[in-house]
Formats: sequence, C-alpha cells, structure tokens
Amino acid sequence: MYDGGKVVFGLALFVALCTSPLWLSVARGGGGAEAPPLQMPAPAAGKCVRDGEWMRNSHMELLNSWRDEVVREGKRSEQLADGRVIEKSLTKTCLGCHTDKTQFCDRCHDYVGVKPFCFDCHVETAGG
Amino acid sequence: MRILVSLVAVVALYLLAWVGVGVLGLRTLFGTVLPYAALALFVCGVAYRVVRWAAVPVPFRIPTTCGQQRSLEWIKPSPLENPHTGLQAFLRMALEVLFFRSLLRNTKAEVRAGGRLIQGSSKWLWAGALAFHWCFLVVLVRHTRFFTEPVPWCVNLLAHLDGFLQVGVPAMTLSSVVLLGALGFLLARRLVTGQVRYISLPADYFPLFLLLSIVATGLLLRHVVRTDLSAVKEVAMGLVTFAPSPGEGAHWLFYVHLFFVSVLLAYFPFSKLMHMGGVFLSPTRNLANNNRAVRHINPWDYPVKVHTYEEYEGEFREKLKTAGIPLEKE
Repeated sequence: MYDGGKVVFGLALFVALCTSPLWLSVARGGGGAEAPPLQMPAPAAGKCVRDGEWMRNSHMELLNSWRDEVVREGKRSEQLADGRVIEKSLTKTCLGCHTDKTQFCDRCHDYVGVKPFCFDCHVETAGG
Repeated sequence: MRILVSLVAVVALYLLAWVGVGVLGLRTLFGTVLPYAALALFVCGVAYRVVRWAAVPVPFRIPTTCGQQRSLEWIKPSPLENPHTGLQAFLRMALEVLFFRSLLRNTKAEVRAGGRLIQGSSKWLWAGALAFHWCFLVVLVRHTRFFTEPVPWCVNLLAHLDGFLQVGVPAMTLSSVVLLGALGFLLARRLVTGQVRYISLPADYFPLFLLLSIVATGLLLRHVVRTDLSAVKEVAMGLVTFAPSPGEGAHWLFYVHLFFVSVLLAYFPFSKLMHMGGVFLSPTRNLANNNRAVRHINPWDYPVKVHTYEEYEGEFREKLKTAGIPLEKE
C-alpha cells in the first residue's frame, strides 16, 4: 500500500464516523433503547378527545387545526363523537388532564428530538 | 429498457419489504439482521476497495492542471490550479470534495446552424450535484437523532434551522425538499438530454431510483403516514445498543424505508457510488505537481543490464585504435 499512513488515517476516520453511534452509546453507558414511560392521567379524568393510538402519531395535526379554527375562525368548541362538548384549548383541555408537561409531552419530544413551538406562547401549567 | 430494469428492481425491493413486514411480519429480519449485514458490508466493502486502490503505485505526479506551474520567481504561479506543495494539493482537494470545482468547469458543446461548434459553460450539473450532496449530508446528520440518546444539541439545532419555515406540523424540512428536487433534476437530466441518456446505464438509474425511493418513503413517513417515532427510535437504538427491538409500533412503511437504506449501504461498495472514497484517491487530483522539482523513483523499476560507452570502448580499445577511431580515454 502506498501512502499507507494517510490511507489508514482516512479509513479509520471513515469507520469511526460510520460506527460513531455505537461508541457514543458505549461511552454513555448504553440506555435509550426503550422509549421513556409517559405519565398517564388518572382514569377519573375520562376519555381523551381522540383515540389514543391516533393521538400518539397525529396529535400535532389536531393541535394545528385547533389553532387555525380558534384563532382565525373563532370556533372555540367542538362536539365529540360521543356527545361531549369540549373547548379547543391546549392549555385548558389537553393540559387539564395531562397536567405535567415534563412528564408527558417532553418525554417523547426529547426522546426523538422534536422541538414543538407550542410552548413558545402557551404557559405550561394547566388551567392558565 | 435500461431505465425499466432499474425501476423494476426498485419496485421489486419495495414489494419484498412490504410483503416481508406488512404481510409476513418479519420485523427482526428487516429491522435487525439486514441493517447489521448491510452496515458490515458497507464498511468492509468500502475499506477493501480503498485499500485495493491504495495498493496501486503512482510512480509519477500526474495531476491534471489548468494553471501556471511554479517556475521562475517572476512568473506568478497558480497554487490551487497547479499545486506545488502538499498543502496546496490538500487545499485543492478540499475545494474539490466540498464544492466540486471540477464540475463547475463543466462545458457544453453544441453544433449550431452552419456547422459552427459552440462551446459554453454549463453549471446545471454542478448546481444539482451540490444541492443533492449537501442536502443528503444534512438529512443524514438529522437522522442521528434516532441513533443517539440524548440527542446532541447540534443535531437539534440543525433540525430546527432546517424546518425554520414552519410549514405544517411536523415542520417541512428544507433539506428534504431540495434533496427530492435535486434528485429529480439529476434523473430528468439523464432522461431528457439525448447524449446523456445514450451513455446512461442501469448502474446510473438504479442508484437514482433507490435514492428517490428513500426520500419519498421518508417524506411519506414524516408527513402522511406519521408512524410512531418512539417505536422507530427504539428500533434504531436497539441496533446501536445491540439489544434489538422488534418495533411493534412502527408502521410497515418504516421497514420499507429501512430496507431501501440497507440496500443502498450494501450496494455501495459494488457501485459507482464508491466515488465517495475514490475522489480522495484520484492521482490526477491529489498530487502536487512537482515532477521537475523533486525526483520521483518508479517503485517497479528493476536493475536493467546496461553496457555503457565507457565499457564498450574498453572492450574494443585495441580494435578501435587499429582502425584509427578517436578514443575518449587513451
């Protein structure tokens, strides 16, 4: 091999970069293989405004449409399929049951590296 | 035909992953076994090919230059176009690797009316290639959020900047849109331009279709299907921590995406995509042009048996003298 030093250095850099998540994980003592548990609201709080499975993947779509409907069209309430009438409000309705943002919202968002801009404006405590 | 073969191959891969996970539920195979195998093949294959290239001797400096070589003091040299030292060659390489300077110099020849040959600059390939490669890098770096826990701040910052237009939720990222556009352009270039289509092979179309499929499935997963990201990260972190997770919550399309990426990694060392390693080993780029200043010995030179004039004269001295031929040494 010619210019062995440079080639080996380059290859070592390449292999180190490709496998860096492995070394980083070892250096941090493993962990992270399981999503952090979510603090679910007490059963007394009742059912969620949508199906739980759907909410897990698509809650941002609901919140986004709520924002548009409330802010731009002034439609503040919604009747659910089961007859309940709820207020379209992140702070009042969502955080009313999921009282601790750090134990619920942040858990998944931090885990998958998502930074929603909801709380740029909204306060984090329920009923605000 | 060459286009069709590549397209059919990618569709077949899609169906394979769909049947494998969507119907048969082989999550361990597509989520653990194949990604590991593909990564091993990628790393070892690239290393093997680079070592093979490095084993080829380059006895003389053969850089392609397009500037004034360093010569006399009062002639201004062009260090980047015609590097004289290792550092200058390094800078030239850095510009080549980061900004594709040789593509910037791409020209287009055209025969106009009356048989006149026109040559002009053509920057489209350079722009498309630059957009594709940089966006691909950004997308790759953004994906490390799935392979690290906690996610490094720089990855979060990059994702934030990438989605700063805040179009929709989850925010559309600029890099993926430009990536899709650039790939579309690079494909269209091969399909539309007659000369380029003539020299395009399945080995050119297949990587393009494969990359397009990766981007398309990725965009679908983010904006349309919206799979459970926690389950996706569990699969990725399972690979990283060697504690594979079945990822039951992840949508089957995620496994198609992962399978496409695995195929890309496995295919890489066998394909033209090896230009990733090859660009660093191009002797027409990475050498300093100092043939006239430094002596370079050919490593495969073997001792040649020579008969010098001095020896010849010594051998036939008497005969030469008799014939009256003048001698170098009396």
